This record gives sequence, C-alpha cells and structure tokens, in this order.
Amino acid sequence: MNKLVKNVEEALIGVEDGMTLMIGGFGLCGIPENSIAELVKLGTKNLTCISNNAGVDDFGLGLLLQTKQIKKMISSYVGENDEFERQMLSGELEVDLIPQGSLAERCRAGGAGIPAFFTPAGYGTEVAEGKEVRIYNGKPHILEEALTADFAIVKAWKGDTEGNLVFKATAMNFNPMMAMAGKITVAEVEELVPAGQLDPNHIHTPGIFVQRIFKGEKFEKRIEQRTTRKRS
Amino acid sequence: MLDKTGIAKRIAQELQNGWYVNLGIGIPTLVANYIPEGIEVEFQSENGVLGMGPFPFEGEEDADLINAGKQTITVREGASFFDSATSFAMIRGQHVQLTVLGAMEVSQNGDIANWKIPGKMVKGMGGAMDLVASADNIIVAMMHSNKAGESKILKECTLPLTGVACVKKVVTELAVLEIKDGKFHLIERAPGVSVEEIVSKTEGDLVVPEFVPEMQL
Repeated sequence: MNKLVKNVEEALIGVEDGMTLMIGGFGLCGIPENSIAELVKLGTKNLTCISNNAGVDDFGLGLLLQTKQIKKMISSYVGENDEFERQMLSGELEVDLIPQGSLAERCRAGGAGIPAFFTPAGYGTEVAEGKEVRIYNGKPHILEEALTADFAIVKAWKGDTEGNLVFKATAMNFNPMMAMAGKITVAEVEELVPAGQLDPNHIHTPGIFVQRIFKGEKFEKRIEQRTTRKRS
Repeated sequence: MLDKTGIAKRIAQELQNGWYVNLGIGIPTLVANYIPEGIEVEFQSENGVLGMGPFPFEGEEDADLINAGKQTITVREGASFFDSATSFAMIRGQHVQLTVLGAMEVSQNGDIANWKIPGKMVKGMGGAMDLVASADNIIVAMMHSNKAGESKILKECTLPLTGVACVKKVVTELAVLEIKDGKFHLIERAPGVSVEEIVSKTEGDLVVPEFVPEMQL
C-alpha cells in the first residue's frame, strides 16, 4: 500500500490545536527535524507533546517551546533546556515527568493494544502517587497506563513507499514504539526508496504502523555533546 | 581523598567477568576507562546500544551514535542497537548485572534521590527510576557532602526519591560504604582519610569495624 506523500506540508495535514503528538528521538538524536520546523510554521497551539526530551533552547522541541505552542509535555528528562525549565517552574507549561522505561513501554503498549501494565519503576516515589500497587514476586509494582497520540511523528534513516522503516544506530530510540501508537503516524526519512528495495529481513518498523512517509528536505543532525579522543 | 577518577577506579574493581553494565552520567561514565585486566564486560546505554566503545576520534563523530549522556561514542565489535522498549526490557528483566549511577542523597535503608530539587531544579528522572527499581546490584558514585558541606549520606533522604531500598553500595571520595540492615557499614577508607573524618561527615547511622582497610587503587 502506497504511503508516500509529497512533502512535509502534506504529511502534517490534519494536525490541529489541542492535539496530542508523539515526537520520536532521544536528545537531538533521531528527531523529526523537518516536521518540527513545519509545526513551527503552522503555529498549531495547545499541543500535548509526548517525547523523551524537550530539545535544547534553539533546536528540536525547544523551537515549539519558544513559540509557546506546547501546553503540556510528557517526558522523562528535560535537563538541557533553560526555556523549558523557566516555563515549567513558572507554571506556564504543564509537565508530566515519567520514568524513561515506563514512557517507552507505555507507548509500546498503546500501539500493541495493552491498556495498562505493572512495573516496579517509580514505586515509593512521586510517580506512584494515585496509582494502583500490586505485589508480584514479592516486589511492589505500580500500574501504568498506555499512551496513544493523534499524530506520532518519527524519523527513520531509510524508508520505502510502503512505509517500512529502517533506523540507524541510536537514532532508533523511541521512534519504533511511537510509530505504533499514533492514530496517524508520519515518518520522515533521509533516504526514500521504492517498495522492494529494502530487504524485508532488515525492516525495523513494518509499514502497517505508518500512514504517511516523505523524504525530509534537510537534516542538520545537530550534536548535543561532541566528545572525542585524540589520535595517539 | 579521592578525585573523580579515583572513585571511578575503585568502582571498576567491582566489575566481574561477563557482566553487562549500565553506567550513568558523570563519574560513572569514567568507570569504563579502568576495567581491570583480564575482565571482559559490556556496557549498555539505555538509549539503545550494547557494546559501547570509547569516544570517536576528532572528525569521526556520528550524530546518530550517542550514549545516554548525549555524548558521541563508538561501538566495539559485536555491538548491537535496539529501541527504547527493548533497552528497558534488558534493565527491568534483570539482564544487566550492574548499574552505577550518581546521587544527590542516599539513605541508610538504601533509598536514593537524584532527580529533583523542588522549586529549583527539575531535570527529570530519565532512566534512573527504572534502573534502580530493577537492578539487583546498584553502586552509587557520589561526593560525601554537598557544596554547602552537608552530608549526603543520610538517615533519611530529604529530596524526592528516585527509588526505595535499592542501593547496596556507595563509593565516595572518602569511603566505600555498604548498606545492609538499615545502616551504612564502613568497608574501606580512601588513602589518607581517617575514620574520624568519615564518621564526622556521615549523617546516617554508620557501623565502623575495629579495622578499616585503606583502598588499594
């Protein structure tokens, strides 16, 4: 089935004020840069964004924070963004911080038709407040509910016109689970090929989870912490 | 007294052959530089890589290849990449044998706080809550006191918790402490550090044996 759309404009048709969006990536690694830029252009407001991080001040989801398009963030770690911290501490921005593994599993569960699951992560902490606790194997676990989104926007290395996706290295991160959990999943890819060009043995995300795919115009792929060693 | 490198070296002595190890951000990351000879371990980073290698040479950085601290890395032969759900399946499923992470406070029953200072700093827990809730073997790498000189080794944590009754061992610039039966136990002292200094800088209940060996680094 052909999932190809012309460009990012067509890919994001239907994104409206107040919607919940999942945005793939870990830090600035594997984020859908082209779609984020387009969301800034569209000016869509009151968004709930589910994303492991919130970008940095001038890149990634930080761009949507600067324009105050985000009403609520659901993340696990937001440490690298001053504007985020300012908006959160001043109460302008609603924030739901959840453990990273729970976030990943809640997205996976949302896409896999599992409404909730028990996990030990967060027991005895703020995260557990108001959540059902059950003992399994002598250990307390808390009930975490699945997450879904109106749009899941992911980034892959390669994709084909059927929507099959292949990720590169640690740019995979949250993208596969989020792809599963979107009512509409948009994939932007660096390399787009006709169906049949990708080896079916090597597909990470099968096309069934992807509704729209397009080739990103430009990928800056900014590095957050450039660490190197000297040649001896 | 140890510097950060010294703390990392001491923790590296805890590594055992064949272990998969998750290292947190900061001092824990340094542990990878001091793997004892004859020991083979593999490092997992929760953003989705097993078999992490050293930092890349200048000019060879790959934006798609980072660790959980968002630093550019390389991988060793035999490495693998996976998604975040699989990564935390490794952690929650106890396939990772050792977790080393930093902390703001540790209490004598093994509680740890490292993600939030109410009204001041909220960075988020990242993967720390999943790691401490599941790992059997958790070592905390931290300084004994905060910048104001107050002990971080406490009867009870004052900051929002990351996990309860999970820390087994703490390595600071002054000492190696074990946590059992609701108390800290002094196992080793850092070179040149007296037992009295450790006692005076430890707010939590501390069991001190008659003889406290000095760390061998």
